[in-house]
Amino acid sequence: MAKPATKPKESAPAAPSAPGDAEQLKRFYRDMLLIRRFEERAGQLYGMGLIGGFCHLYIGQEAVVVGMQSTIQLGDSIITSYRDHGHMLAAGMDPKGVMSELTGRSGGYSKGKGGSMHMFSREKNFFGGHGIVGAQVPIGTGLAFAHKFNGKANVALTYFGDGSANQGQVYEAMNMAALWKLPVIYIIENNRYGMGTSVERASAITELFRHGEAFGIPGERVDGMDVMAVRSEGLKAVEHARAGNGPYILEMQTYRYRGHSMSDPAKYRTKEEVDKYRNERDPIDHVRKLLLDQKLIDEAALKAVDAEIRKTINDAAEFAQHSPEPDPSEVWTDVLVGA
Amino acid sequence: MSISVLMPALSPTMTEGKLAKWHVKVGDEVKAGQVICEIETDKATMEVEGVDEGTVAQILIEEGAEGVKVNTPICILAAEGESVADAAKAPSPPKPVASQPAAAKADIPNTKGQPKAEPAAPPASPAPAAEPEWTGKTQHMTVREALRDAMAEEMRRDPQVFLMGEEVAQYQGAYKVSQGLLEEFGAKRVIDTPITEHGFTGLGVGAAFGGLRPIVEFMTFNFAMQAMDQIINSAAKTHYMSGGQMTCPIVFRGPNGAAARVAAQHSQCYASWYAHVPGLRVIAPWSAADAKGLLKAAIRDPNPVIFLENEILYGQAFDVPEDPDFVLPIGRAKIERPGKDVTIAAFSIMVGKALQAATELAKQGIDAEVINLRSLRPFDTETIVASIKKTNRLVSVEEGWPFAGIGSELAAQMMEQAFDWLDAPVKRVHGLDVPLPYAANLERLALPQPDNIVEAARAVCYR
Repeated sequence: MAKPATKPKESAPAAPSAPGDAEQLKRFYRDMLLIRRFEERAGQLYGMGLIGGFCHLYIGQEAVVVGMQSTIQLGDSIITSYRDHGHMLAAGMDPKGVMSELTGRSGGYSKGKGGSMHMFSREKNFFGGHGIVGAQVPIGTGLAFAHKFNGKANVALTYFGDGSANQGQVYEAMNMAALWKLPVIYIIENNRYGMGTSVERASAITELFRHGEAFGIPGERVDGMDVMAVRSEGLKAVEHARAGNGPYILEMQTYRYRGHSMSDPAKYRTKEEVDKYRNERDPIDHVRKLLLDQKLIDEAALKAVDAEIRKTINDAAEFAQHSPEPDPSEVWTDVLVGA
Repeated sequence: MSISVLMPALSPTMTEGKLAKWHVKVGDEVKAGQVICEIETDKATMEVEGVDEGTVAQILIEEGAEGVKVNTPICILAAEGESVADAAKAPSPPKPVASQPAAAKADIPNTKGQPKAEPAAPPASPAPAAEPEWTGKTQHMTVREALRDAMAEEMRRDPQVFLMGEEVAQYQGAYKVSQGLLEEFGAKRVIDTPITEHGFTGLGVGAAFGGLRPIVEFMTFNFAMQAMDQIINSAAKTHYMSGGQMTCPIVFRGPNGAAARVAAQHSQCYASWYAHVPGLRVIAPWSAADAKGLLKAAIRDPNPVIFLENEILYGQAFDVPEDPDFVLPIGRAKIERPGKDVTIAAFSIMVGKALQAATELAKQGIDAEVINLRSLRPFDTETIVASIKKTNRLVSVEEGWPFAGIGSELAAQMMEQAFDWLDAPVKRVHGLDVPLPYAANLERLALPQPDNIVEAARAVCYR
C-alpha cells in the first residue's frame, strides 16, 4: 500500500544559500522569461495572421515546467497537452523550430504539418504536443512502461490540465500505472479553468492531488507559481518514481493570464482575479525579486538577460516568417513509414 | 528604430474590429506584456498587450473607431534611446507582414484556398511482388495455431515485441489464441490488462513511441470502439503530424465481424472504418497461411497495423508453410481460384463462402475467379483490375454493411480504373443494413450466404 495522498503544505519561501543555487535561480529566471517572451510574440504573430488555427499560450504557468525540468535527467521522457510551447522550450528545443511550426513553415519541428498542438523532438525526448484532452496521459504511461520494460531507471513526466483530470482514460491509465508500478509522474497543471469551466464546476473533488487515491497513488499540492517549490516537490516525486515505487501525482496550482486559446475573451473570470495573479503572484517577478533582494544579480545583468532573450525571440520570429512554406510534395510524405 | 503596433486578429476569421479603448497615451512607457488597448468584435472583447518595450510616440487610431482592418498600424512606439518626436515622424514600415507572405513568392505554389489545378496525385507506390507459389513443406494447422505461432516466432526473433490485452496471459486468450505464450515468454512480455480498452490502447501507443513493438489484442474489435481515439488520433496520425519524426510500430489484432448468435453489439465488421484512415495498414486474413504470413509481416512493419481476424475461422485448418521465414507481403491480394467468367472479390470469412459459391457456379457452367483481398489498406487494385480485364465482371462480397463499405470502394475504384473492361455494373453482396439480429433465422438472413453470391454472379453474367 502506497502512502496516502498528503494534505497541502505551506511551502516555506525558498532561500538559495549555496552558489550553485544562485546559478540555478538565474537559470530559472532566464528559462521562464524565454517562455514568457516567446508566448507574447506568438500571441502577436497570431494577431497578425501569421499563426493560424488554435494557439494556447502558457503565460503565467512558466514556473511549473521550468521547475520540473530541473528535476529530471538524460533519457527521461516528457509529454503534454496542446498548451505545449513552454514544455518544448524548457526541454531545450530550438525557439526557431517551434516558432516556425506555429507559422506552418518548413523550418518547423514537424515541417509545418503539425502546428501549435503537434510538435515532437525525439532528440529531447519530447513526445508531444497532443490535441485531444487527456489522450497524452495513457501515452505518457506507456512511455513509462517502455522505460521499465527496457530496465532503464528513467521516468516519464506526463503533464495534463485540470480539464483532463476528469477524463476517463486518465483513470484507466492511473490504475495500470499503480498496478504495474510504472515510473510516471502525473503533473496536473491546475490553472483553475478547463476552457471556461472552473474546477469547482467540473470536479466533484477539487483537491486534484487526491484523484489517485482510489489507486493508492500518493499526491501533493504544490504552489505552481513558485519555481523553487515546484523543484523541491518535483524532486521527491521523481525520486519516488525512479526508485521503482510507481506513479506520483503533483497538483500544480497555477494560473493562465490569457484565455484558453487566442480566440477566448475569458469572460468567465474577473479582471480583478487575473490582475491579482499578475501583480502579486507572477512567477517571474518572484524570482527577479529574489535575485535582486539577495544581491545575486544586479539590474544591469538582468537587463543583459532580458536583451539576450529579446534577441533570441526576435531571431525566432524572423526565422519563422521567412522559412518557406513546406513544398507541396510534402502533403504526401510521412503518412506511412517506408511507403 | 520605432515600432508599429498593428491591429491584431482575435481569431483566424476576424478581418476588422472596433478599437474600444486606449489604456495608454502619448509619452507613456510601455512594457512587454502590458495591456495597451482593448478591441472588440461582435463576438468578443480582448485586451491587446504590448510585445516590445518602448514609449508611446503616436496614437494612429482614435478610441471608438469602428471597422479597423486587421494589421492596420494603430500606434507607434519609440524604442529605447529614440526620441518620441523622431519616432512619430519616421515610423518604420510595419514589420513584414501580409498574412500569407511566403505564398507570394513565385517559386512556391500557393497551396491555400482553391487549388487551380488538380491536386497532385499521391506518389504511386509500386505494389509489392506477389509471393511465389509455395513448393516447400507444409503443415496442416488451424488459424488459431497459425496466429499463435506467428506471435511466438516474432517474439523469439525480437525481444522488443510483447503481447498485451484482456485474458491473454493466464487464461491463455479468451479464444485461446495466445495459448502457451505466457509459459514461454513470461509475464513481462505476455500481459493481462484490466478491462480498459481506451487506457491500454493509449498505453500501447506510448510504448510504441518509446521504442517497443506492442501487439495489442482486443477480445473482439467491437470493444476497440472504446479506444478509437487512440487508434486514429494517436497511432495513425502522429507520424504525419511530427513530420516523420515519430513512429508507432504497433499491431492491433482480434476477432472482427459476426461470430454466432451474439447479436448486434458483438457482431460488427469494422473493415471499412479502419480502411478509411490514412496512416493505418489494414489486414483481413482468411486462411491459416494468410494468418501466419501476414501477422508476421504486421509485427515487423514499422506502422500501426489493424489485423482483423474472425472467430469462426479460428478453428478451421489449412496447409501452412513450415519455414519460420515464411512472411507474406502486405498489400497483395491472392487469386484463390482462377476463372474466366466473373471475378468475385472477398476478404476474411467471405473468401470461404465465395469459394463455395464458385463450386456451385461451376455446376451451372459459370467459371468464377475468386480473389482473397487479404489487405484492405494498401489495396491491391492491380490484381483486381487484371482479373476484370479477363472476366469483365465483378462481384464484391463482405459481411459488413453496404453504405460506404469496402464493396462501395471497390466499385468506385473499378469505375475509375476498369470502366472500359466492365460488361456489367459491379454487384455488391453484403450484410443487410440492420444491426445484426439474434434469432438464428434472422441472423442467417442478415449475413451473406453462398446462395446470395451465386445469385449476384449470375446476375452480372446476365444468366
